[in-house]
Amino acid sequence: MASTEETVIGEAPGGLPKEKLLELLRAMLLSRRFEEKTAESYQMGKIGGFCHLYIGQEAVAAGAIGALREDDYVITAYRDHAQALVRGMSPNSVMAELYGRIDGCSRGAGGSMHMFDKSVNFMGGHGIVGTHLPIATGVGYAIRYRQTDQVCLCFFGDSVVNGGPFHEAFNMTAKWELPVIYIVENNSYGMGTDIDRVAAVDQLFTRACAYEGKRAEQVDGQDVLAVYAAVERAAERARTEKRPTFIEAQTYRYLGHSMSDPAHGVYRTREEVAEERERDPINTFVDQLTAAGVLTDDDVEAMDREIIAEVEAAAEFAEASPVPGPEEIYAHVYSDEYRGGPDGRDAWR
Amino acid sequence: MALITYRDALNRALREEMERDDSVFLLGEEVGEYDGAYKVSKGLLDQFGEWRVRDTPIAENGFAGLGVGAAMVGLRPVVEFMTWNFALLAYDAIVNSAAKMYHMSGGQYNVPIVFRGPGGSALQLAAQHSQVPDPWYANIPGLKVCAPATPADALGLLKSAIRDDDPVVFIEGELLYNVKGEVPDGEHLVPIGVAEVKRAGADVTIVAHGKMVHVALQAADHLAKELEVEAEVVDLRSLRPLDTASVVESVHRTHRAVVVEEGWPISGIGAQVVDDIQREAFDSLDAPVARVSGLDVPMHYARSLEKLIVPGPQPVIEAVKHVCYLD
Repeated sequence: MASTEETVIGEAPGGLPKEKLLELLRAMLLSRRFEEKTAESYQMGKIGGFCHLYIGQEAVAAGAIGALREDDYVITAYRDHAQALVRGMSPNSVMAELYGRIDGCSRGAGGSMHMFDKSVNFMGGHGIVGTHLPIATGVGYAIRYRQTDQVCLCFFGDSVVNGGPFHEAFNMTAKWELPVIYIVENNSYGMGTDIDRVAAVDQLFTRACAYEGKRAEQVDGQDVLAVYAAVERAAERARTEKRPTFIEAQTYRYLGHSMSDPAHGVYRTREEVAEERERDPINTFVDQLTAAGVLTDDDVEAMDREIIAEVEAAAEFAEASPVPGPEEIYAHVYSDEYRGGPDGRDAWR
Repeated sequence: MALITYRDALNRALREEMERDDSVFLLGEEVGEYDGAYKVSKGLLDQFGEWRVRDTPIAENGFAGLGVGAAMVGLRPVVEFMTWNFALLAYDAIVNSAAKMYHMSGGQYNVPIVFRGPGGSALQLAAQHSQVPDPWYANIPGLKVCAPATPADALGLLKSAIRDDDPVVFIEGELLYNVKGEVPDGEHLVPIGVAEVKRAGADVTIVAHGKMVHVALQAADHLAKELEVEAEVVDLRSLRPLDTASVVESVHRTHRAVVVEEGWPISGIGAQVVDDIQREAFDSLDAPVARVSGLDVPMHYARSLEKLIVPGPQPVIEAVKHVCYLD
């Protein structure tokens, strides 16, 4: 692990209060159990469309969002369920959105890829690769404009670094010294293509070296404490120096790119996936915590049972929530009375 | 009333709205130090400073996306594209992000942003710099689209666009910036989605927007003088919402219509207007509705051909004669 300025090998930041450690573990466990339930519901036909699961990557969302303040902003791409949950959205509203129900966070308009909750500054949920990076730059611009000390945390996948929006966003963020933390979740594969097959450099964090003032570092994305520490440093830098940071979190997704894809096959082997599962971020963290006497195996099991019950309840809530009625079709295309469409055009529906 | 140019009307709109509301800011290529490629933003950097008048890199998708993000958290950005041709690089930010955000967040994140700049052909700028973007945006639910023809409408519509809580695509005319017109003193707002009769007439309705309003007015003058045909010119002013009612009301009186646009014919704005007329005023029509548009080709550089491709008064006159059975 390396950085462009100094070596910041991901050592566990001692001294995190127990409450924070449990919060991080709970966030990861909730993400895992929620996604397992999502996969089950998807296979039962209760969830439709493209559905990208986060299993294996939990330490990144938990560690990164865990290091933020409540008034900071979070934005991500389409693999967004865990970030939504960790940010504080209720499992009920996220699951109901997946089910396409009216009690979903986006009233059933968004689905898996478009989770939003303004009340916790969770800004989506974006489905086009790279499109939300300049949006995060704009949030950073607004923060500087208003002269507050908030930050914007922007997650994205490794395939983004080869596209134009990445560079356009990084250039402006660095030039205007905007308080944005960009964190790439490098799970090695852009859908079914190994990043090495399409990226000219294999150390993604070095891409930021082209942008003066943008600090970059690489962390073990399977180590929640390392991610937490990196984002905490970046947030401090953003608040005090107004400087952006680029973090490469090296992580791994256990399942296919989306529910439509196999976990392994053409682009990676069964053995590779099995090997990666050996350094599971949740198991690793649980081992750390039990070894340090922070909690016992029984405590972990109790927490897990409670989370499973919460997720089951979310699925029941979603199942019971009404489907959106026809009155929702035009409800939020415009924020005023204009409805769109020539009058009478839908008369034959 | 003051006689000012279309350019100065836009400048006045920006200045008044930036003075009125601290959350309004302008960004784009050369909008600051250079005063704007077409000098629309002249003097604004000096008055408002660099955080409110931001010179951007030549990175349309990047700075348009920046605007979307700033708008989502409550600012009111005005994004200037040097021309709408370059905004094709920002089509993702405009269509996938700005137009969809309010809907796909279930009504949580509206995007109060204006994307503005010149569209259409100018003089011998060839294929990549002479495009009419109007239908590309009018087609998109979630956007509003304005295309003012006169200084007064440029002023009043831009002010309304900046105050609007939804994304507005604001298409100016590259050849209109020097056009002068009377502009009311004091606060002047033109509502988005309301057409205006620019010339009254009883014999035929000519529907146009943007630069083509001036072409239609020239044609109407000729028709009155030479053929004693009094044409009513309806300026759409906005393309979404489209003021179908005003067009239909005029056609009910004139019984004939010609629909003019600068852009390409296939799936153009005129196709929509003609559809509205045939649905709402079928029994009033004494002739099939005629359309005049740019020719269905990429723009030629040669002036001899450019003049044939962009509609001038003559094809409008011919179309009017056709629907009046005078040809």
